[in-house]
Amino acid sequence: MTAAMLGEAWAAMGANRLRTFLTMLGMVIGVGAVILMLAVGQGAQQQVQASIASMGSNLFIILSGSVTSGGVRMGGGATPTLTLLDAQAIEELPSVAAVAPSSPGTAQMVYGPNNWSTQVIGTTPSFLTVRDWRLEEGFPFTESDIRSATRVALLGKTVAQNLFGDEDPVGKTIRIKNSPYVVLGVLAGKGQSLDGRDQDDTVIVPVTTAQRKLFGSQFVGTVRFIMVQAESAEAMPTVEKSMNELLRQRHRIREGADSDFSVRNLTAVANTAAETAQVMSLMLGAIASVSLLVGGIGIMNIMLVSVTERTREIGIRMAIGACGRDILLQFLLEAIIISVIGCLIGVGLGVGGALIVNKVSGMTVVVTIGSIVMSFVVAATVGIFFGWYPARKAAGMKPIDALRYQ
Amino acid sequence: MAQHADAVIQIDQLYKEYLTDAGPVPVLKDVRMNVAAGEFLAIMGPSGSGKSTFMNILGCLDVATSGSYFLNNRDVGNLSKDELAHLRNQVIGFVFQGFNLLPRASIEDNIALPLIYRGTPRSERLKLANQMLTKVGLASHRSSRPNQISGGQQQRVAIARALVNRPRLILADEPTGNLDTATSKEIMALFTELNERDGITIVLVTHESDIAAYAQRLVRLADGRIVYDGPLASAAAPHLESTV
Repeated sequence: MTAAMLGEAWAAMGANRLRTFLTMLGMVIGVGAVILMLAVGQGAQQQVQASIASMGSNLFIILSGSVTSGGVRMGGGATPTLTLLDAQAIEELPSVAAVAPSSPGTAQMVYGPNNWSTQVIGTTPSFLTVRDWRLEEGFPFTESDIRSATRVALLGKTVAQNLFGDEDPVGKTIRIKNSPYVVLGVLAGKGQSLDGRDQDDTVIVPVTTAQRKLFGSQFVGTVRFIMVQAESAEAMPTVEKSMNELLRQRHRIREGADSDFSVRNLTAVANTAAETAQVMSLMLGAIASVSLLVGGIGIMNIMLVSVTERTREIGIRMAIGACGRDILLQFLLEAIIISVIGCLIGVGLGVGGALIVNKVSGMTVVVTIGSIVMSFVVAATVGIFFGWYPARKAAGMKPIDALRYQ
Repeated sequence: MAQHADAVIQIDQLYKEYLTDAGPVPVLKDVRMNVAAGEFLAIMGPSGSGKSTFMNILGCLDVATSGSYFLNNRDVGNLSKDELAHLRNQVIGFVFQGFNLLPRASIEDNIALPLIYRGTPRSERLKLANQMLTKVGLASHRSSRPNQISGGQQQRVAIARALVNRPRLILADEPTGNLDTATSKEIMALFTELNERDGITIVLVTHESDIAAYAQRLVRLADGRIVYDGPLASAAAPHLESTV
């Protein structure tokens, strides 16, 4: 019976191909838009999450703060007030996993005919732990390199490529500001940071080497910033509080006076970015859903016209023995077939569109089975929902009225 | 009311009123009529005499306001919508003035349509449809569309469709109203054959006395009442024509 009704529904759709196609188009665009928007949204979310993961987890950054000198406030970071000893003291605090004092600067480096200008970070081996940064090859420098300020370097991926090309950099000697440095290792690629910088365009050297030999330092032993990793997300507030107390004490800051440093919770910033991406993803999905709804209303609209137009046919069918259920089934099946086929085409277009967006703009797009299944279920539901009313209208007709309809 | 095993239609004290804004308008008044199996009956009457309404009630497309109607010994008044649909499917074959074929379906599919609603499998449907097509002499047109064949052929298709479920009763509402004289004769010959050879009961509504002349029995309606019910021969032909 259902098979026969399916045939009847199919035949009716075939009889008015242009209309069927246009009705389907609403569904195609709706489903295609939902899949594409979800793919773009989830891609953005994934990108943000990857950036967050590349930054390291449960992170604080302590920056040296403003110093007021003769009534002139110098602004954040103007005067290096943080020292290696501060870093060592923080390491002693409970719930602190790792501490990486850092002194960044910019330097020109040369290998053979190639040269490249990049950011050089003087830091300690725990920097790699804090930033959750692996080495692709070679070994990190050690505490003894820090003590003796040896000229060794770890190259970021971008730097290694620009200086060495296909050559293996490990063990080679490069010149930074005309001094020779031995390349100990190459860092694994991290990609873009949250603010779009290339994180791989970096060279890491021992903090003491940077201070004494590379950049020199106004005040010996000072660093620009200290990165601190807490043991867990739960411990972060305690760690923040105890660091503030410790540093104020160490810097001899009186009660009520401004700190000469500032502690920033990087994880909170990252979470905000992640939430923003999620909200954007939801918004895109919601906007696309509206077009799916409009597609569904399109189906209802056409089905209502179709029912009116085929009143006489309904009358004939009833006269020769169709009961209400048969008529209902026929029109409902028509709506469902239109929405399901429209959905299939829409899935194809959505996935294809996502691939094109990826190719053309290089945006990360993520098409999940979940989003395909979801839009399929939604489309079928929309078909049933919006097909139900016209089908009910058809099935509820009185045979005699339907037969007399001109 | 006595029930006869061979009675197809038994109607007693049947009334039908239409509700309008001006109040109820009676259309059929105290109609009583029995039709036995194998009869060929013509219903005549002027416009507004209630014969269309009567036909619709006979065909279970409409229900009476009061009175009793037994079709094939089943009390139609107590049946649900679905049971009425089932009865139309199993017992009655309809032939309409305007043929009422589905324009987009092939001849074959049109004839097979009633079988869909009794759940006959597709291969069986097509087999029966083609048997009926042969019976009405249109076997070569099975895959044509209704608009590709003549009016007379369309009415044959409609008759084939009415026959496909092997009904006891054929209800024909002005079946020759849209046809020319020669074609009308062919269609009426087909009805006569079905009646005489297959024993199918036929109830025919018509304006034309020469069409009614193919029947054995005549029922004349006027103003919602049966004014004549008897053998065709005793009904004066000129008198009939004047009512058209």
